[in-house]
Amino acid sequence: MATVVGGIACSHIPAIGNAITRHLQDDPYWKPFFAGYPPVRQWLERVRPDVAIVIYNDHGLNFFLDKMPTFAIGAAPEYTNADEGWGLKPVAPFRGNPELSWHLIESLVAEEFDLTTCQEMLVDHGFTVPMSLLWPGGAPVACVPIAVNTVQHPLASPRRCYRLGQALGRAIASYPQDLKVVLLGTGGLSHQLDGQRAGYINREFDELCMEKIVHDPEALTAYSVRDLVRLAGSQGTEFIHWLMMRGALTGRVKRLHSNYHIPVSNTAAGLLLLENAA
Amino acid sequence: MPTPTGTADSTGQIWGTPVFDGRQAMKGYVLNKMCYSFNSAVNRAAFLRDEDEYCRLYRLSPQQREAVRSRNVLALIEAGGNIYYLAKLAGALGLDVQDIGAQQTGTSVAEFKARLVAAGAGD
Repeated sequence: MATVVGGIACSHIPAIGNAITRHLQDDPYWKPFFAGYPPVRQWLERVRPDVAIVIYNDHGLNFFLDKMPTFAIGAAPEYTNADEGWGLKPVAPFRGNPELSWHLIESLVAEEFDLTTCQEMLVDHGFTVPMSLLWPGGAPVACVPIAVNTVQHPLASPRRCYRLGQALGRAIASYPQDLKVVLLGTGGLSHQLDGQRAGYINREFDELCMEKIVHDPEALTAYSVRDLVRLAGSQGTEFIHWLMMRGALTGRVKRLHSNYHIPVSNTAAGLLLLENAA
Repeated sequence: MPTPTGTADSTGQIWGTPVFDGRQAMKGYVLNKMCYSFNSAVNRAAFLRDEDEYCRLYRLSPQQREAVRSRNVLALIEAGGNIYYLAKLAGALGLDVQDIGAQQTGTSVAEFKARLVAAGAGD
């Protein structure tokens, strides 16, 4: 049987990708951010997951506004990164596991979560930056990308994303093959790129989210998308990916590591490692 | 009255915070489509070579054409631009999200960056 070994929440800011390319990990601006990652890498090295399910949003690489799925899932043997237009160097392709993808699709649709299925899917920085952070030497895991719309309102509610995550957890648990699965919830925390409020950061709300998501995630599902826009900034809505990740953790959850740093570019960067302790 | 701490006014609007919804998506469709094309280096070069011709090709409205010409991000958003697509236009012009953050908030890039660093003081 497949098991969920844990979940990792982390930011996916493009500037991180540039900093990695330019080897700026020890630069004074970057050090407090990158210093958060070694404990998570050590955990991955110890637990050795077979599969990473990566929950993120596409920022206009694979999807344009002509067709904008609220939820989309990859079912491809390989996922390729590409030019996004502003200078981030594309990284090597990622291996998929289409058999697992189709099992998840069958199970999720049976539970009335209807996802758009993608046999070809470009993955953007929302997916690749966390992978580079967690496995700097290349990812020794198969991947299943799940893209959530946070580009065009209306967005799925925090509650809907959390519930989908719970269904995803059940789907993983019913997969007959022995696989260790880690979930990545990417993006956030508070940030805003557009409007006169650009540069908005809310440490207090971020800290509340990082605390509640561990032992009381249901409380966070009471927020509306509008609440998230107001409290976490326009792009802080990416927190719904964290909630989906958290929903999929099936057992008792133990927080093994966390880090929070302001700023990375325009963003408050959060990192959380949760182990399924059951 | 500006409320930068993030409270909504009586109409539910959050100060300085555009929401890209269906109305904006309809309004900005061709502008965002043009910006989406900037994922390709060939298209970025074509835009830089002949901006007028490139904007004509995508049938930008006069408001959108003027917003592109002005390089004014708030005007581009007003014309239906979505920030993720506008970031690709900015990229073609050699600007990043901190440059456009500074422009929208009426500060210098150095001030904008310093404000963000100050938000993290005490980390």
